[in-house]
Amino acid sequence: MNIIEAAGLGKRYGSTWALRECTLAIPDGHVAALVGPNGAGKTTLLNLAVGLTAPTAGVVAVLGGTRPGSPDALDGIAFVAQDAPVYANLSVADMLHLTRNLNRHFDQGYAKARLGELGIPLTRKAGKLSGGQQAQLALTLALGRRPRLLLLDEPMASLDPLARHDFMATVMTAMADDGVSVVLSSHVLTELERVADYLVLLSGGSVQVAGEVDDLLASHRVLTGPAAEAGRYAERLGVVHARRGGAQAHLLVRTNGSTDPVPPGWESHPVSLEELTLAYLREPGAASLPGPARAERTEVSR
Amino acid sequence: MTALTLPAQPRRDASPRPVPWRRMAWITWRQHRLAVAGVVAVLGAAGVYLYFAGEQLRHQGFISYGAGPVLSITAVLFQVIPPLIGAFVGAPVLARELESGTFRFTWTQGFGRARWTVATLAPLALAVTVAAGAFGFVFSWSYGPQINGNPILSPLAATTFDLHEVTLAAWTLVAFAIGAVAGIVIRRVVPAMFATLVAWSGLAVVTGAFLRRHYEAPLVTSNFNLPDGAWIESQRWAQDGKPVSLSTVDQVLQKIGATVAAPGHLGRAAAASGPSGQFGQSASAPAPAAGSVNPAQYLLHHGITQLATYQPASRFWPFQWIEGGWLLVLSLLLMAAAVWLVHRRAA
Repeated sequence: MNIIEAAGLGKRYGSTWALRECTLAIPDGHVAALVGPNGAGKTTLLNLAVGLTAPTAGVVAVLGGTRPGSPDALDGIAFVAQDAPVYANLSVADMLHLTRNLNRHFDQGYAKARLGELGIPLTRKAGKLSGGQQAQLALTLALGRRPRLLLLDEPMASLDPLARHDFMATVMTAMADDGVSVVLSSHVLTELERVADYLVLLSGGSVQVAGEVDDLLASHRVLTGPAAEAGRYAERLGVVHARRGGAQAHLLVRTNGSTDPVPPGWESHPVSLEELTLAYLREPGAASLPGPARAERTEVSR
Repeated sequence: MTALTLPAQPRRDASPRPVPWRRMAWITWRQHRLAVAGVVAVLGAAGVYLYFAGEQLRHQGFISYGAGPVLSITAVLFQVIPPLIGAFVGAPVLARELESGTFRFTWTQGFGRARWTVATLAPLALAVTVAAGAFGFVFSWSYGPQINGNPILSPLAATTFDLHEVTLAAWTLVAFAIGAVAGIVIRRVVPAMFATLVAWSGLAVVTGAFLRRHYEAPLVTSNFNLPDGAWIESQRWAQDGKPVSLSTVDQVLQKIGATVAAPGHLGRAAAASGPSGQFGQSASAPAPAAGSVNPAQYLLHHGITQLATYQPASRFWPFQWIEGGWLLVLSLLLMAAAVWLVHRRAA
């Protein structure tokens, strides 16, 4: 089942396309990272998936063919927006009560226990919580709904490293225990390697890279060799990005599983997720997509 | 870091039953109780004041129509009730969600955002309408003796017509609905409040100046003295079939020391009977024929006639219900538009 699926999806604000010709299929059971520079369309894609906005072109489906914003989709998807908005004038207990009343399912016991564990007092006004506590409150409210899909928009942007770690630990626990699928957008690359096992790289409003992290890492290598020879191999190999430092050249190449022998005088290294992401971000023209065959189509129910 | 685990997934029905409406009652009350309490407190205080003013009026045993100007000033103060409720209660409902970003939380919960909007707007609209209607009821009772039978002030006049229970409730409801629409369109609290004040005032002025007189076809009379409480739309003087100005008529009347007093009323300088307000007296003019000449007869004798179109005071209640009715329809349309805009809003 594809947890989020889009075909030719586009969203235009005025005369600018925030998202354009976006075709992707994120399978369930993953922590999928939406990565891209500011303005790449990450938030727009999440808003479309949660039904907060309607597409200008194309279609998007969630939870295996459900229309975003439909009762089924609302019931199964929890969304934590950027900066984790909560009602500042309500107490934490009121926020729990409110969320319980707005949803068919809400596990009050779980939410209260988790907040207690985090040391967030129920009587405190939500607006008086620290940024990290507010993010944890929003995440607790989301997880208490027992969603099938958790969407997080820049969850780590405003958090310090410790809060970031705690936040992601909570997400990973829910993922492991409950099998909830997670899609998070981020431009913090360092954290992703630890949590994400599926990567979607957006650039300029369209999908540049999409795939399982393991597959992506296995199909890319860094070749290091004499700079003078770099141009020769760039023709033959699928070079994503070439970096020259003095006499040495570092080529990030896409091997696509083929076992081309490493040319004499060159060394081959495995690539890290951060290196790979940065290489693609530096080369907006390059693309690595699973191709339409991999993305199983399911009917979009209207 | 946490040993807690999420419980197993509940079994999902094929098509989920919607979250019941009643679950929104606590939420709406919790989030808007200050606004509702403010409305009730202010209208309650003003209502108590009106109650004692009305008691006093009844105990003094006579009605002074000379209190007209005082009545008008108080009435003007009460005119701000609907726009203020629209701006302070109606406009923030949606605008605050959008301005603070909390709509991203609330509108993505299982309740659904269109239903959330209905469940938020409907009880608040009902609350402010009932509060305003109750205040209008006290107003009608308190000022009734001064308004009904007042020869100068028509109960249909714009000063007080929209302060009675039906109209005040309807004008408050429409102000609230305008506020709700302004909130979703403008998306910021203060500009939406300002827009609500402007839009409501525009509607009120247009209604008072142009629409209200057309609720029913006006009556036309050539009788000089119109019935008490008549709401005059226009008066034309004519001499031998040709239109003449009011000053011409006054010149003629000066010869007998009379004048055109209040619109629709001829006064004479004599100490004849009649309520004081009905009289006009040109003090400087000599009054040789005072007390002996009827000004109306005198004018007719000079070939001067008057055609007046007016709405009789007896149409007060039909007009109240007509105005209340179309304002109710307009309010419902505006609130439906607000729900529709929330439903299909592009973030």
